[in-house]
Amino acid sequence: MTGGTGVPDGHDHEEPSFIRKYIFSTDHKMIARQFLFQSLFFLVIGGLLAAMMRWQLGFPGQPMPGGGIFPDAMVAPTPEGAIMLPEFYNSLVTMHGTIMIFFAIMPLLVGLFGNLLIPLQIGAEDMAFPRLNMVSFWLAVPAGILMLAGFAVEGGAAGAGWTSYAPLSTSGEWTGVYLGQQLWLASLTILGFSSLAGAVNYITTIINMRAPGMTWFRIPLPTWSLFITAILILLAIPILAGALIMLLFDQTIGTGFFRPDVGGEPILWQHLFWFFGHPEVYILILPGMGIVSEVISNRSRKPIFGYHAMVLAMISIAFLGWIVWGHHMFQSGMNPLLGTSFMISTMAIAVPSAIKTFNWLGTLWRGNIHYDTPLLHAVAFVSMFIIGGLSGIFMANTPVDMYLHDTYFIVAHIHYVLFGGSLFAIFAGITFWFPKMFGRMMNETLGKVHFALTFVFYNMVFFPMHNLGLGGMMRRLYDPTEYEFLQTLQPMNKFVSISAFLLVGTQVLFAFNFFWSLFRGRKATANPWNSNTLEWTVPSPPPHGNFAEMPVVYRGPYEYSSPETDDDYYPQNVPPREHPPVAPAPAPFTPSPEPGGAE
Amino acid sequence: MNWSWLLPESVSTFGPDIDRIYYVVLWITGITFVLTEALLLYFLLRYRHKEGRKAHYTHGNNRLEIVWTVVPAIILLGLAFTSKGVWARVKSELPSGAVELVVEAKQFEWNITYPGADGTLGTDDDFTKRNELHIPVNQPVIVNLRAEDVIHSFFLPEFRVKQDALPGKNIPVWFEATETGEFTLACAELCGIGHYRMGGRVIVHSAADYEAWIQTEVAGGQQ
Repeated sequence: MTGGTGVPDGHDHEEPSFIRKYIFSTDHKMIARQFLFQSLFFLVIGGLLAAMMRWQLGFPGQPMPGGGIFPDAMVAPTPEGAIMLPEFYNSLVTMHGTIMIFFAIMPLLVGLFGNLLIPLQIGAEDMAFPRLNMVSFWLAVPAGILMLAGFAVEGGAAGAGWTSYAPLSTSGEWTGVYLGQQLWLASLTILGFSSLAGAVNYITTIINMRAPGMTWFRIPLPTWSLFITAILILLAIPILAGALIMLLFDQTIGTGFFRPDVGGEPILWQHLFWFFGHPEVYILILPGMGIVSEVISNRSRKPIFGYHAMVLAMISIAFLGWIVWGHHMFQSGMNPLLGTSFMISTMAIAVPSAIKTFNWLGTLWRGNIHYDTPLLHAVAFVSMFIIGGLSGIFMANTPVDMYLHDTYFIVAHIHYVLFGGSLFAIFAGITFWFPKMFGRMMNETLGKVHFALTFVFYNMVFFPMHNLGLGGMMRRLYDPTEYEFLQTLQPMNKFVSISAFLLVGTQVLFAFNFFWSLFRGRKATANPWNSNTLEWTVPSPPPHGNFAEMPVVYRGPYEYSSPETDDDYYPQNVPPREHPPVAPAPAPFTPSPEPGGAE
Repeated sequence: MNWSWLLPESVSTFGPDIDRIYYVVLWITGITFVLTEALLLYFLLRYRHKEGRKAHYTHGNNRLEIVWTVVPAIILLGLAFTSKGVWARVKSELPSGAVELVVEAKQFEWNITYPGADGTLGTDDDFTKRNELHIPVNQPVIVNLRAEDVIHSFFLPEFRVKQDALPGKNIPVWFEATETGEFTLACAELCGIGHYRMGGRVIVHSAADYEAWIQTEVAGGQQ
């Protein structure tokens, strides 16, 4: 994890020790890379858990290949091989969701891109609180260890779903999981503190540390999206933390917040959880939207269509996101009149998402589109987000939700948003900023093959899940063939499972490309994508302290193909007109002018 | 494999109303899907990079922004306001002249209590069946839904009925069958290790058969 080349001309600092540089680093770029490696590790774990689940769903009751490595608490040994037990399946359901949401997608979007991009894009030397930033990462590590430890303790890992509905989750009496359930709570509580430390840092940094000329409406959209995300985190995580601690007390010291037998209220957990949970959904998609906006504008060589509308749409999502949580609870026993209110607010929040989609289309319109790997992933985000957004309208509709609630239709929906949306945005972001992070380019051919296979297999896995849901198949079923009416769906379940194995297998290509490029990739220039934003005005990777001298910002971030220049880009820090770009620009990978020759 | 986007046949009085809304949503989203994805593909092909071309320099168009804000808002809110009637009818209003039952969910079974020959719950001739929900056709049924331990979800896919059962609460759920026959009772909320096998049957009788069934159960039950 050396980050490719050494840091070029570390100008005003002496070389820090190995430990300060790579382990307890306060440099935002190193912390970003630490989050990257930790999250990619969890992405692999989460993917493998999903593959095991798909084995059981596609081939229920058949011995799992390699299942012999699991202890008897998870699998039933037979002469033909080891068969998965229902308690293990429930742990897989729970841990796949939890790990993907809290330990893969969220830290990739927020921990990786937040740390990497915010100081660089606003022209700051680092975060406002570098030590707090370090603490943020080093809280995420024990949280991750505690989460995985669940698999090793007696009773297995948490098994009440990633939503951990009470009273199921309040006692091992109901799930058969005791310590695992508590480890799950402890892990997420610690992770919450990690997220809060990050959020405070991001908000402070963006408000206080922008370079001269970096007005609010010159901030690149990834940073805008991370600013709004950080505010959501700051307000939502305390709700979750409170609920988690209450649940932990219910489990351990016999309080009864969520247990009706001792005067508690099961539905209170759902209100608290989703009051956090719905803003969380936007925490998981807004940074992706920012990344995709950046990549599409850059690779189309065209200003983002409706920059202000994009920002306003995100701000309205951030407000409306607080009044839609009840749409997860239409069938929960909540007052049906509330259901109607939440249906109306939910329909309203679809509008800003529609605005964003149309603006991405508007950006591509009459562009000069370069089909690089980041663009392919970004466009996949848009096309998959359209499906995920539209499928949400079905469940937002209270009468239709009566049938579709808790079926595979919702599983399809969440994966079109979180995989088709967030994860494709993450692939777009990693392939786009890889040169900035590590000083080397990723391999284009491998990148395109990985994209194409992922896109195809992804749709083969998740599109049929809509049909499974329409057929009535419920979520979180260990063995769907127990129900006679679901047996006709079994061929489709097999198809989905085989596609899932292919999808997981394809990711080896990405891992190979990633590590190969880390050491062997072509050296990257400062600005390989001919981009306008400030992170591309410094060397790849940027030195400690980022900017040799304070950059001055003259214009918005998306001045591509401006008539004021002969180039098709116009960096934010290049003084207008009378100073044309310093270096003549031979295509394709030209370093953009260094700010004023440094030194 | 069944790639159909049609819903399976429904057998309750409000089933067709719910299905109709589903098909309206399917049309609206389907058309939007085709148009936006087609536009996306067209732009990708039409405006792909060519040597010497410069992209069109524009920062947007306020009139367009207003159009694509207002039009989706009208469609979506219109959808919400036209659907709320069906929702209210199904979830908020209880019919009169209904057969009343008690359904109590627990890990991992459904216990259904019938009022017996006198048609009244809470009397001596009440009797309980496990995982078998017998109801008459063409007469509303009110299920008093309860849970003993954790949350379960009472799901009758063919009837388009779904309602969580909460421990400590009694939630009345109504529906009316339009066909006789045998249908599915399922649990739709993860409720523990045996969640996947918490299924049962719904048996819809003709009015006369239902009466007869009640009588034989009362006579044979000796409870």
